Amino acid sequence: MASSDHTMDEQDGATRRDFLYVASAGMGAVAVGAAVWPLVQQMNPSADVLALSTTEVDISSIQVGQSVTVLWRGKPVFIRRRTGKEIEEARQVDVSALRDPQTDAERVQTPEWLIMVGVCTHLGCVPLGQAGDFDGWFCPCHGSHYDTSGRIRKGPAPKNLLVPQYVFKTDTKILIG
Amino acid sequence: MATSTFEPKNRLVRWVDQQLPIFSLLHGSLGPGYPAPKNLNYFWNFGSLAGLCLVVQLVTGIVLAMHYQPSTAEAFGSTEHIMRDVNYGWLMRYVHANGGSMFFIVVFIHIFRGLYYGSYKAPREMLWMLGVVILLLMMATAFMGYVLPWGQMSFWGATVITNLFSAIPLVGEDIVTLLWGGFAVDNPTLNRFFSLHYLLPFVIVGVVILHVWALHIPGSNNPLGIDVKSPQDTVPFHPYYTAKDLFGIGVFILIFAFFVFYAPNMLGHPDNYIPANPLVTPPHIVPEWYFLPFYAILRAFVTDIGPITAKLQGVIAMFASILVLFILPWLDGSKVRAATFRPVYRFLFVILVVDCFVLGWVGANTPDRVLIDLGDSTFDMLHLGQIGTAWYFLHFLVLVPVISRREKTKPLPESIANPVIRPDAHAVPAE
Repeated sequence: MASSDHTMDEQDGATRRDFLYVASAGMGAVAVGAAVWPLVQQMNPSADVLALSTTEVDISSIQVGQSVTVLWRGKPVFIRRRTGKEIEEARQVDVSALRDPQTDAERVQTPEWLIMVGVCTHLGCVPLGQAGDFDGWFCPCHGSHYDTSGRIRKGPAPKNLLVPQYVFKTDTKILIG
Repeated sequence: MATSTFEPKNRLVRWVDQQLPIFSLLHGSLGPGYPAPKNLNYFWNFGSLAGLCLVVQLVTGIVLAMHYQPSTAEAFGSTEHIMRDVNYGWLMRYVHANGGSMFFIVVFIHIFRGLYYGSYKAPREMLWMLGVVILLLMMATAFMGYVLPWGQMSFWGATVITNLFSAIPLVGEDIVTLLWGGFAVDNPTLNRFFSLHYLLPFVIVGVVILHVWALHIPGSNNPLGIDVKSPQDTVPFHPYYTAKDLFGIGVFILIFAFFVFYAPNMLGHPDNYIPANPLVTPPHIVPEWYFLPFYAILRAFVTDIGPITAKLQGVIAMFASILVLFILPWLDGSKVRAATFRPVYRFLFVILVVDCFVLGWVGANTPDRVLIDLGDSTFDMLHLGQIGTAWYFLHFLVLVPVISRREKTKPLPESIANPVIRPDAHAVPAE
């Protein structure tokens, strides 16, 4: 039997040594994977970055027709108290004709307050407010036009301006994130 | 290549060389022991110039890192601290910033030299491909270096370029978050860019060593593109080309010094002297000049084709514009190397150079700038960029493969030592 370690198994041609090669190579691959995983994961957002992922904003001083921009997760968030005309314009749009179809009601919790991330969905520039062909936002980098609901209407951007998760904690305080 | 045997006279040198043959290595690679074609023209100076640029960038970069702070709160301020307070800091930073531009000028000329004289063709494919690897590493290094001063162009350039990866289907957004280390370009991004900007030049040094090693297997190509046939075709590298390279370095340093001392900000963008502000995008984002042709290719795609968005097409085309160089040695089927003897290829080469300048011009302008007003429609920068991009890929993927296999080439000279083609050329005794 001693010599059978190195001789071919009659059935499938595999030896004990083949098994050892495969098993040790497999364990080696697992070990390399386990070592690489932390080296890649360290690049993802750290705990303190994740901990800062909510922002509370007092909106009591914002008048109708006024916008403020706040920083949330390092990105600008537009908070706009829309005028009646803007709300009306946003509601009258034919949703089926949009590139990224969404009704105005899907994008706001109360019609007066439009809250969205101020980052163009094309390549990440900050659009300018109350500009462009649709009275909404206009991105100067590559010419994307957004309407009064922040929906993409014209230009290279593929999506509407992102609406972040937020809650009204009171009538005058919102928590973004 | 055959090398003359190295026999040092100095006993100490001989003792060192027996145990570590470093003097033999220098003798055989840059000294009298390296026979180089005797007809090399000034375009062959740009390899040694690129080496000089790398050393200048390494030395000034290491010095700058002693004063720079890689945090969003201090990066811009520490850059100005270098400019105003650090002894000769202004000189170090201007040499480093303009040195990057000089490095790219030199490397682009070096690459087009190779394209013209067929230096990418057998037996130098590996040498060429290692060069393309160096180019890619240089581009990554330069991009991350431009982010470090944390000005408006730094920040928004980083935002636009990292956002390109979001075009990748399914995992794009996750990759961008991984690159950023957050939800926007921020402190973790700046920190890792600084780390990699310090690392990559040393990786470049490693690949340059491989590049020079691969060069010494077949030896230098030459303006006639024909093989070295006898010792009469060559001269020893030292003193002939060491002297010629030194002369080239002198001329190069004059040009370099003009930029450093008289026009240090000519090749930069004034917006980068405004501190980075994540809430305000500059109206016109442009990359550094050496990336402009690639930026034009990126923006040339505006129509979605099914699931392949315009953004993804642009990203693929931009990377493909460099990756195509890897397979160029096999796309080009011509047995003749130098364009001097390839009339059609030579014509195409000139158009390619013009095309690259046109793409650079397009990249520097907004896509909707009107060039020709046709009344009911307009011919914009975008359209010119699309034509330029189409030509670029047509050149490498269609024209070169087809023409190189059909072109009637001119007769090649008999040898480098006997370059004049005469009916009785073979009867003329070698010099």
